[in-house]
Amino acid sequence: MEDNAKMEQFQQRIDAGEKIEPKDSMPEKYRKQLIRMISQHAHSEIVGMLPEGNWITRAPSLQRKLSLIAKVQDEAGHGLYLYCAAETLGIDRDELVQQLLDGKAKYSSIFNYPTLTWADIGVIGWLVDGAAIVNQTMLAKASYGPYSRAMIRICKEENFHKRQGMEIVATMAAGVPAQKKMAQDAVNRWWWPSLMMFGPHDSDSPNSGVLLKWKVKTKTNDELRQRFVNLTVPQARAMGLSIPDPNLKYDPETKNWNFGEIDWDEFYQVIKGNGPCNEERIEARRKAHRDGAWVRDAAAAYAAKHADKSNVA
Amino acid sequence: MSEQKKSTAPDSGDGALWEIFVQEKQGAPHLHAGSLHAPDAEMALQNARDVYARRGRVLSIWVVPAVAITASSPEDDGPFFEPGNDKVYRHPQFYKVPRGVKVF
Amino acid sequence: MSETFDKQTRADLFDYLLRLGDDRLILGHRLSEWCGHGPMLEEDIALSNISLDCIGQAISLLKLAGEVEGEGRSEDDLAYFREAIDFRNLMLLEQPNGDFGYTIMRQFLFDVYSFYLYEALQESTFQPLAEIAVKSLKEVRYHLRHSSQWVLRLGDGTEESRQRIQQALDNQWRYVEEMFVLDDIEERLIVENIAADASALQEKWREMVEKIIHQATLQIPGDNIYKTQGSRQGKHSEHLGYLLSEMQILSRSYPDAQW
Repeated sequence: MEDNAKMEQFQQRIDAGEKIEPKDSMPEKYRKQLIRMISQHAHSEIVGMLPEGNWITRAPSLQRKLSLIAKVQDEAGHGLYLYCAAETLGIDRDELVQQLLDGKAKYSSIFNYPTLTWADIGVIGWLVDGAAIVNQTMLAKASYGPYSRAMIRICKEENFHKRQGMEIVATMAAGVPAQKKMAQDAVNRWWWPSLMMFGPHDSDSPNSGVLLKWKVKTKTNDELRQRFVNLTVPQARAMGLSIPDPNLKYDPETKNWNFGEIDWDEFYQVIKGNGPCNEERIEARRKAHRDGAWVRDAAAAYAAKHADKSNVA
Repeated sequence: MSEQKKSTAPDSGDGALWEIFVQEKQGAPHLHAGSLHAPDAEMALQNARDVYARRGRVLSIWVVPAVAITASSPEDDGPFFEPGNDKVYRHPQFYKVPRGVKVF
Repeated sequence: MSETFDKQTRADLFDYLLRLGDDRLILGHRLSEWCGHGPMLEEDIALSNISLDCIGQAISLLKLAGEVEGEGRSEDDLAYFREAIDFRNLMLLEQPNGDFGYTIMRQFLFDVYSFYLYEALQESTFQPLAEIAVKSLKEVRYHLRHSSQWVLRLGDGTEESRQRIQQALDNQWRYVEEMFVLDDIEERLIVENIAADASALQEKWREMVEKIIHQATLQIPGDNIYKTQGSRQGKHSEHLGYLLSEMQILSRSYPDAQW
């Protein structure tokens, strides 16, 4: 595949807007980039279950409890779809999971921040899922067929997450003083990490060039971030919440909300593993995996014993 | 659970990969919904219900071991699919509709 | 609907609906603790589904309980503003999750019971309850399929899994008798054909449990062990208090707030 003629042929397919399917020939680097990106995305869904899962047992009403369980369950489903999409590129889910548990794989840094109050559940739905939707709407058009199909399914389901989050935030922002305080505090803590979700500036993003060229991504990190800010600032104002950025200012000419500089030192520290919850998150995944080993063994042993019978049935 | 015998063998993993096909309406074909892992067919069926049928109505589910599927190769593109495109008589647009007849 | 009941029947029915609702609320809550921690991704999704069904059923039953009581209490008031001594769930269901085998065995023993109970409750003369039973039975049929299939796999899986699931069964056997014990409240409601006669379900329950347990190459424990009693009257284990303090913390902290 690597010779120039084939590379050119591949690029022509991409430029013509064709989807690449698992058995199609593709550059090795395309395959590797996709495995990296899709598996990071899958890990993020799985680790993302933890900060919100924390609050399932403390949800303040039965309906809220139902919605939160359904939401965290969806994230498991999204992780599952994405692992399957990665598997079409010739890698096993077990191997990908092992990379996560060994601390070799990355996942979205946002999930290394703690959920301190119920308002965090609302703000995660509104800001974090909101940011994810901006990103995923783009990825639904990705050039790799299985990734694009997984993203289309995920986008459909994510909409309920964002609405659920906004409803919680709006209810609390209009609630008793203690609730208002929790809501504003949650916005203050999650705003900047949400902006960080789009990744480094385009100029500092090592993979962006090739991902854009191959139409895995169709917009840059900074473009997506700006879009998210433009969508979110008016929502915050409508709910009576302030954004913790003194430099936030509307530019009538570009119709953009200009915003201040992200603390990139914090961004890289959290990626390196120094976020407030990095260790707990991975340890929670390791424990679930360890505690489940005997169950997986039992299921495999049972399947082996009964394989012949089920063939007859 | 105090002193349990710990397994020393390597982890069994999440089981084989299964492809899931669901039928959403009576009379409609089963369409590919996605994949999942399961140790055996019964578990694959149950998992498929939870993963691919928890929203909306699903009438029937097929689970197929992914290894049982043989797919055509992109190299088959020419000989496999192109001749069909020539056979215009297979496509409804080939046939002229008599004037005044409403096509349904 | 409840206006036609006399005072005694109304009080009995309220208590009975709490029993049904609390069983599912507490079990659903326990199951939700698994969310994100299951032995495989697919099983996380399955346990969440069962948890959602249980809590959904609890909402219907507690809402109905509040209506029967007629004092304006909602399902949330009943879930979040009662003390442990006012809860009417089976002691089995408030037990901590333990390992996956413990959770599955608890689910299996309850699913068989719930299956026959709802089957009988479809005939309840109290129409709203009969309707809940019809709808819930469909869900429980699936829960039972899930839990019994896992009992088979864990029982007839590896030596370690057999030990673990047998240990869970041995441990839980002392809690099951409570499912079938009648008190005055239930006896009065059975006469009115409102409640299902749980004592009449024991034989069928035992038959199905034995069938699956034996198929799973496990042993039914002997009956000469101490059997718990009294949870239907509010005598619980200590575990329920911790569960409730976690569940109720927010509502109790801000009783005037909407969420």
